Amino acid sequence: MAESPNMLTAMQEHAHLIMTAVPWAKELGFEVTSVEKAKATAKVAWKEALVGDPDSGVIAGGVITSLLDNLCGVAVAAALTEMKSLATLDLRIDYMRPATTGEDIIAEAECYHVTRSVAFCHAWAFHGDRSQMVATASAAFALNTSKRRNSKPTGDQT
Amino acid sequence: MSRAETVTTFLSAAPFAKTLGITFNVLGDEMTTILPFQEKLIGNGSIRALHGGAVGAFLELTAMAQLYLITDLSKPPKPIDLTVDYLRSGRAQNTYARATVRKLGSRMASVYAEAWQSDRAKPVAGLRAQFLVDSIGDEPISEEA
Repeated sequence: MAESPNMLTAMQEHAHLIMTAVPWAKELGFEVTSVEKAKATAKVAWKEALVGDPDSGVIAGGVITSLLDNLCGVAVAAALTEMKSLATLDLRIDYMRPATTGEDIIAEAECYHVTRSVAFCHAWAFHGDRSQMVATASAAFALNTSKRRNSKPTGDQT
Repeated sequence: MSRAETVTTFLSAAPFAKTLGITFNVLGDEMTTILPFQEKLIGNGSIRALHGGAVGAFLELTAMAQLYLITDLSKPPKPIDLTVDYLRSGRAQNTYARATVRKLGSRMASVYAEAWQSDRAKPVAGLRAQFLVDSIGDEPISEEA
């Protein structure tokens, strides 16, 4: 694969804008803080709208699911050398401990393998550093170039 | 308070359920949840598809609420892990979901959930999740909750 750093460079230059282009990510307040080759980091600040259980003030699992899913997608995009459309195939989340009320959640995602049609990712959500792990994720993404999609239908995965 | 009331009270008071905009319908021991289409749920603007995380969060809440409905837990069960299979792209329309508790043990429960849009036979996504239903650390529910 020929290196084409332009896409990655553009993502790095506009990292803080990546989530603002995604309505659901913007709604929850996700912010990409850095992008490297096949890696991305983001954070989400605690706010009341994200709380799952009003008695405890703990952020809902669904917020972490959304964050890790989205950030994995960013890591995949940062791993690709040509533009392809992404669709999450599946996503597995393990919850280590409840997020601490009032604290930012930091997330890191890494796309560790890419084939022609699939990308594999791991992601982590934590407070401070990885010693305070809140959740981990692993995800697979289907990759489509418009060319391949036209010549070889792969079913219902637009 | 009936279980249906307990679940209704919880879902109505949970800020994130409101952020998602979930509504629901409890019929006996089964509930159907509804995720009305809203612009904020979009994940991919170019094909106007729902965000995978929003669909995953919707399924997770559906599974949790169904489990809460059929148990006598005083607090909503906590997820241990979950897997979401994305089967079709979620279009810009209402989404519905139901969950089935496949195994309810004394400490853990396994729950499946499925989300669909216009055609029940063509699910948009499926979820399999494990929840902690251990009553250790469970406190009596407060008067109003």
